[in-house]
Amino acid sequence: MADKALVTVENLTVKFVSHEATVHAVSGVSFTLARGEVLGILGESGSGKSVTLRALMRLLPPNKTRLSGRIDIAGRDVMALDPMALTRLRGSTVAMIFQEPMTALDPVFTIGEQIVEAIVQHDGVGRAEARRRALELLELVQIPSARRRLDAYPHQLSGGLRQRAMIAIALSCRPALLLADEPTTALDATVQIQILLLLRSLQQKLGMAMIFVTHDLGVAVEVSHQIAVMYAGRFVERGTVGDVVHRPRHPYTEGLMGSTVHEVPQGTRLTPIPGSPPNLAALPPGCSFAPRCSYAVPACGKALPELRVIATEGRFPHETRCIQPEAVGTRSAIPA
Amino acid sequence: MKPAGTDKIMLPFGADSGRPTAVEVPVGSVVQRTYWENVWRRVTRDPFTVACALVLMAIAAAALLAPWLGLPEPTLTDSARRLLPVGSPGHILGTDELGRDMLSRIIHGGRLSLMMGIVPVLIALMIGGSAGLIAGFVGGRVNMLIMRVTDVFYAFPSILLAVAIAGALGAGIGNALLAITIVFIPPITRVTESVTTQVRSMDFVEAARASGAGTLAIIRTHVLGNVLGPIFVYATVLISVSIVISAGLSFIGLGASPPAAEWGLMLNTLRESIFLAPLNAILPGFMIFITSMCFNLISDGLRSAMDVRL
Repeated sequence: MADKALVTVENLTVKFVSHEATVHAVSGVSFTLARGEVLGILGESGSGKSVTLRALMRLLPPNKTRLSGRIDIAGRDVMALDPMALTRLRGSTVAMIFQEPMTALDPVFTIGEQIVEAIVQHDGVGRAEARRRALELLELVQIPSARRRLDAYPHQLSGGLRQRAMIAIALSCRPALLLADEPTTALDATVQIQILLLLRSLQQKLGMAMIFVTHDLGVAVEVSHQIAVMYAGRFVERGTVGDVVHRPRHPYTEGLMGSTVHEVPQGTRLTPIPGSPPNLAALPPGCSFAPRCSYAVPACGKALPELRVIATEGRFPHETRCIQPEAVGTRSAIPA
Repeated sequence: MKPAGTDKIMLPFGADSGRPTAVEVPVGSVVQRTYWENVWRRVTRDPFTVACALVLMAIAAAALLAPWLGLPEPTLTDSARRLLPVGSPGHILGTDELGRDMLSRIIHGGRLSLMMGIVPVLIALMIGGSAGLIAGFVGGRVNMLIMRVTDVFYAFPSILLAVAIAGALGAGIGNALLAITIVFIPPITRVTESVTTQVRSMDFVEAARASGAGTLAIIRTHVLGNVLGPIFVYATVLISVSIVISAGLSFIGLGASPPAAEWGLMLNTLRESIFLAPLNAILPGFMIFITSMCFNLISDGLRSAMDVRL
């Protein structure tokens, strides 16, 4: 059981279909995740990170979305589940925390009521027992004066406390996999660190697997075992934190590193990536980063590069979707 | 504010950093009120709303207790004492054109008028509310179908529609009630649908779905919980409209029929005596005005207390 993957995703594609266009939000994402492991998905807005998460729980509106590929969570084929089995899976095996704690909590119910509802739904225990467990959960996520906060409405709590309450709801049925959709983005910088440390300690204490989506490199480094860099609906690079951050082998990853303020001396000029991400309704035939890439050669525009393993460190391979990974880092990412 | 206790705040430093991992800070005693306690406080501090509620309660209590108030029979005629002026001994509010006691008829009339105000709104609330919930939550073609049907009803002014339906069905309280109910279903459907559509796209509905709530559970808790407030406020406005329409139907002979006591009907029969006894003739109209006005103002008060935007 130990080496069997908790999550196996193979060639996941998500298309949004409308009358005007077909948007390729996710085009062929594959990964595996073992129990207790954390995968950080890093990418800019519109790269398909959040869509990937929602696809894992099949939360996307079915009439506008075309899903394909294989999703296997805890031995169950998610793609084949009927609606009843899906609701049983959601919350109990897989839970999710959202970016905006203000709007992700229902304003007309107290925090306690919302946790109790989730517990009663899945475990079928009585309300009194559910309330006792709700109190334990609030203490688990370190909400001060938990007993009093149980009867508070979301608007009576600060952003950080709301996000803790949100985590408590997600943990209410002891999920094996926690999906975190930019859980720290909407919070103050100081609160971000607290929530991040809380999530990391909870993940270790409860032995959950976690998929952590963010556009903040510093956040991804803090919590993840592996980092996958996503661009235009595809993983362009994947590897351990050390591999991806210190030995990037894809020009996009290198560009990301060059445009963040982490770990650079004061006064260093940031180097933004020129251009903008491609239109997902009309992807270029070859590498989707080629039009912005300073290393691009004619071959880049011809065929989509495969995700290839270039090194393996322990259990985690270092993969890149670049045809000339050895060139990355040899010159400035900015075209002269 | 005196401290009610202390809160433990965790600090983002590891246990091995040599720095404190948590600090205790005193917290003030914050009075926690539930949402409805807050609404109640705001409503009771609004003098207009309180006054209107008191007036309505008095009218409703009188109407409910009418048979036990020792009033003369509302249908008891006395041809010797017709159209006695307001303030006559034995008949405080005078008598009508058949010598019936006005006070008794006003109070007994309130039973019918209030019933005609509230019952159609309640029935329409159940039907229109369900239709709006379904349309808003399911969306797509179902929404199209339900909302376009309600649009058809919107083509007619509400009074005209009520008159047309009641006219087609024939006179009588039951038919008037049905007519008013039909008139109210489309606006209630529309308001419910718009609020439901708003709620459905909120993050907390997706969050509930992500934590394994089924569609019915989501409608029952999250959608209803957020939709009921605005709909309730809207329904109180409709009660005032309903009272006016039912009085109108009775006035033109499509509602209550003589000799029943009903404000609209009384207004009609006393119409011919307006030059002989103007005060008596105006009284039923005054009652209609006061009652519907009070429902309107209460609705306004509730709306601001519950912070509802329709």
